[in-house]
Order: sequence, then structure tokens, then C-alpha cells
Amino acid sequence: MSIKRTDPMVYHKEMEMIPSDLLDKVLKHVDNYDYFNDTKRDVEQALSKEQLSFKDFGALLSPAATPYLEEMAKKAGSETKKHFGNNICLFTPLYIANYCENNCVYCGFNCKNKIRRGKLSMAEMDQELKTIAKTGLKEILILTGESRHHSGVEYIGAGVKLASKYFSTVGIEIYPLNSDEYAYLRKCGADFVSVYQETYNCIKYEQVHLSGPKRVFPYRFYAQERALMGGMRGVSFGALLGLDDFRKDAFATGLHAYLIQQKYPHAEIGFSTPRIRPFINNADNNPNDVHERQLLQVMLAYRLFMPYAGITISTRERAGFRDHVIGMVATKISAGVRVGVGGHEQEDKGDEQFEISDPRSVPAVHQMILARGLQPVYSDYIRV
Amino acid sequence: MKDQLVIGGHPFNSRFILGSGKFSLEMVKAVVENGGAEIVTLALRRANLKGEENILEYIPPQVTLLPNTSGARTAQEAVTIARLAREINCGDFIKVEVIKDSKYLFPDNYETIKATEILAKEGFIVMPYMYPDLNVARALVNAGAAAVMPLAAPIGSNKGLCTKEVIQILVAEIMVPIIVDAGIGRPSQACEAMEMGVDAVMCNTAVATAENIPLMAKAFCLAIEAGRKAYLAGLGRVLTGAAEASSPLTGFLEE
Repeated sequence: MSIKRTDPMVYHKEMEMIPSDLLDKVLKHVDNYDYFNDTKRDVEQALSKEQLSFKDFGALLSPAATPYLEEMAKKAGSETKKHFGNNICLFTPLYIANYCENNCVYCGFNCKNKIRRGKLSMAEMDQELKTIAKTGLKEILILTGESRHHSGVEYIGAGVKLASKYFSTVGIEIYPLNSDEYAYLRKCGADFVSVYQETYNCIKYEQVHLSGPKRVFPYRFYAQERALMGGMRGVSFGALLGLDDFRKDAFATGLHAYLIQQKYPHAEIGFSTPRIRPFINNADNNPNDVHERQLLQVMLAYRLFMPYAGITISTRERAGFRDHVIGMVATKISAGVRVGVGGHEQEDKGDEQFEISDPRSVPAVHQMILARGLQPVYSDYIRV
Repeated sequence: MKDQLVIGGHPFNSRFILGSGKFSLEMVKAVVENGGAEIVTLALRRANLKGEENILEYIPPQVTLLPNTSGARTAQEAVTIARLAREINCGDFIKVEVIKDSKYLFPDNYETIKATEILAKEGFIVMPYMYPDLNVARALVNAGAAAVMPLAAPIGSNKGLCTKEVIQILVAEIMVPIIVDAGIGRPSQACEAMEMGVDAVMCNTAVATAENIPLMAKAFCLAIEAGRKAYLAGLGRVLTGAAEASSPLTGFLEE
């Protein structure tokens, strides 16, 4: 029996549509981006400039830039130092639920994957938050699977309120919301919103999001804008590298972030650079042609295009890679990470989203940062 | 008579103010020792006062803390941060920073004036970070600012005295200390600012991104001193045209 698929460009009735043309702008530029046209000369020009155009950014993501990785790294290191000094922010994620209504072929939480599901009660959440706070961390990222049914906005709001008792900065990485819902979570104490588009290729997006609300491409695309309309301080962007053509996806991610910054000058912009990882029941899920060299190229291009943006390096990457990219390009690093539900104080209540590659504790990451001549920063925001 | 910098009635011998935001904490200590700074900024949002790596442990006790309101986007937020700083015994000095622009980090002068007025009335020694503008500087003084801190160039840019002409006007017109804040990249630029008659220079990135940080701190210390002495000495005149004849051209009239 064939399943009738919904149109990924059509909003569901409960989804807010905002008047914005950013999607058209980004897709138009990405359509015109042919990185095989970029030459060494384009890369050299981009490297000589203080402010990069969209074209320069594209050149730095192209294969022609590969021989210039060292030059890019040197320039990126100097830009990072100029804007962020020696500071490296530390944080940790807390998964409070892993129920999901979406069938995304690349993700361990997908609703068809037979994994242990769970969500933390308020008492359990409190215990987990206390345990994490004891490590000295002041910034936390609250995550859920994407299920309004199991982890509704009220539940997340209660979690955020609890978290803001112990932490000076609370980020959320949850399913996209309407602007009034973001405003509600902001009131509860959330500061930052991360939503990853996974891929900006609409056709591929449709192919890998087989069912569920996540299938609606534009609703996800406009999540950052709705979050800022709801009063959030900052938003993060990321494509899941390896899902589609990583150069085009990275180009689109940069443009998306840049255009948001233009429109909302107060917004604090962050990038993440997740690569596909193996997950339970799918050990072969790997980022194909995105090796560390390519991943670094993407990070460097982001830094040179938007020197003032924060860049987070994920525990998906091995310790050696993470250690070398902080200071040079990354400004934020997670530590003491668990990607199951809870798991900091008690046995986790649900299976992990993906396999992590760097299980180091907060003190171990702290020491590593110091050993590299950098400054671990726990608190970078004051709640007023 | 000693040439001292006086802010809000408090005298200082050094005119080098250190921004601490971009250093490692050990480095702050080294820079204070080598640069002779007597005022060091403290970003309250970064102060991890109860946890590890408390910045206050790295700042010698004789140094005056200048807590700043970085992170504030409105006057009201800046006021709240200033009050928190006072509550945790950071003293009465406050550097008001209100920034709504995450890309260039330019200060919002309008909100800055509002915060200055409220805090000055509460007895704070208010040092507002501002985008250089004569009318705004006058408004800040009227609001009770103890000094004004115009930017020389965007924060962290090390581009030097890009706003030189306006700062020169502020020096001529504003009667509270003028402290150049943000953008100074070289000791020679700090020296030039001091020669112009500004009262002090604040630096952070220029030192934090140097190869030898303590040595660069020393270089800034000496440059600021040199510039001040040159200002006090009165710079010699600069000829705009041809060389000046040592014998007057009109001397023949006396013959």
C-alpha cells in the first residue's frame, strides 16, 4: 500500500506563517551557487578582504579553497581572537525527552526506530539540573525529541523555569514553535533557540523527512525568525553535514544566518556544524564525503564570513579535533555530555540520539582549555 | 604638583585603563603588573564569583574595579546590572555599556544617556561608553557622567583613531575626563590620543592579541605616559607651507 505523502511546502493549520521573504532570498542564491566555477583567484581575493561578500563566502566553501586551508585557519584564528579573545564558553546539553513524531531517516529519535522512549518528571529534571550545576556549569541546553504530544510547550516551559533557577543561560533545542510560544518560553527563562534545517535542498528535505510536522520545510526555516519575534536573545543555525551536498548546505546556512543578522541586528548568532553520526539500529549512518578536512573548511568559512558569530563544536567530533578547533574557530564547547534522556544523576530514561565521540567530563575539558592557553568561561550572561 | 587623573573625585596616577574581557585570568594579572594599570574593567556577566576561576582573585587589591554593564540592551538592564555590581561589593564605579547591535557592537547612545542619569542620581561614578558625538557627550555630562568614553574604532578592531576629529572636539568642549575606549590597536595610537589631550586610554584587544602580552602592556604604559607628557609640554607647531625663513620677510620695513 502506498502512503500519501504531504506537500512539504504546505503549512499545517496550527503553524504560524510570518511575512518574510528570507526563504526566497536564500534559495535563489543557493540555486545560483555553482562551486565548481570558483577558482584559486576567487579564493585568494576572498582571503584578502576584510568583509566577505556572498560570492567570497561561496569561494571559501568551494573545492578550490582546499589548498588554502592553512591560510584560512591563520586568518580565522586571528579573527576569532579579535572578537572573542581567549574565551571559550562551556555548556552541557540535557535531554529531557526523546519522544518524536517525525520519521527522519538519519536520526536515532525517528518515530519508527525501536528505541527506549522516556521523559523526565519535574522531580527527575530538578535532580539532573542540580547534579549538572554542581560541576560549575552555568549554561545549559534543554533538548527534546520533536513531539508536541509527549513534550508539550507547557512541559518544556516548566523545565526551562527550573533550569533558570540553577543556570544563568538556558538554550532550547526543540521542535519549531509559533512566535507566541517562543515568547512564552522566553518568559519562562529561555535565552537562545537552536533549530537546524538539516538540509536546504527542498527535494532532499522531502526525501529524508518521510512524515511528521518536521516535513514542512518553510515552517522550520522561519523558526529562528519567529524565535526572535518572540523576544529570544539569540538563535543558532546548522545544516546536518553529510545529508546532502555539504557545500551547498553550508552556503545556505551562512546566508540564512547573515540575512537574519541584517534584519535583527541585536540577535546573537551561533553556528553548529553537526555531521551525521551512527545511531541505534543504524551503525552505517555516516557523513560520506564530509571528512574532518571538509568539516574544518566549513567552520573556517563561517568564521571568515561572520567573524562575530559564535561557533559550537559538538561532541559528535573526536577529542583531538575539538581541542584544535577551539580558539582557532570554535568559541563554545560542550562537556560532560549525555545524549540519552537524563543520565547525569540517575540511569537514563531513554536511548541516545546518536553516538558521541568525546565523553570527557567538565573538569577534563576545563583543563584542556587552560592547557591550550585559553580561558574557560562558565558565565557569559547576566539574568536581569 | 602631581599630574593625576581624577574621576569622580578619585585620583589615579596611571592613565592606562585595562579592559579584561579578552584575556585569560592569569594574563590579566601579568598585564596589570607590567602595564601599571590602576583601573581594570570587570564584565559582571562573566564574573563567576562563586565558582572556579573567580576573576577577582586575579586582580591585585590596589586596583580599582570598573564593573561594566556589558550584555545590557536597554537602560533598565544596565541599571539593574550596575545595582548588582554594587551589591557584590564591586564599588561605586560603573562603566555603562548598552549595546543592541551584535555585529559591530556600537553603543546605543540614547539608552546610555538614560542609564547614566538614573545611576548618577543613585550615587554611582558613571563612565559611559559612547559613540562619539558632541551633543551626546554634553547630554551625558548633564546626566551626571563622571567621564565619557568615546570609541576610537569598533571594539576589537585595532584600527586606531578612526573617530579622531570628533574626539578632538570632545577634548576641547567637554569638561569631564575623556577616555578613549575601543579600537586603539598600537601604542603609537594611544600616544597620539594622549597627545591630543584625552585624559586616559582604555585597551584590551590590542594587548590581548599581541605576541608578547606583558611586553605589549609595558609598551602601552610607556606610550600613554609619553603622550601625556607631550600634551603637557605643548606640541611644537607644524608648518603647513614652505619652510619658515629665520629672518623675517618684513624686516626691511625697519631699515
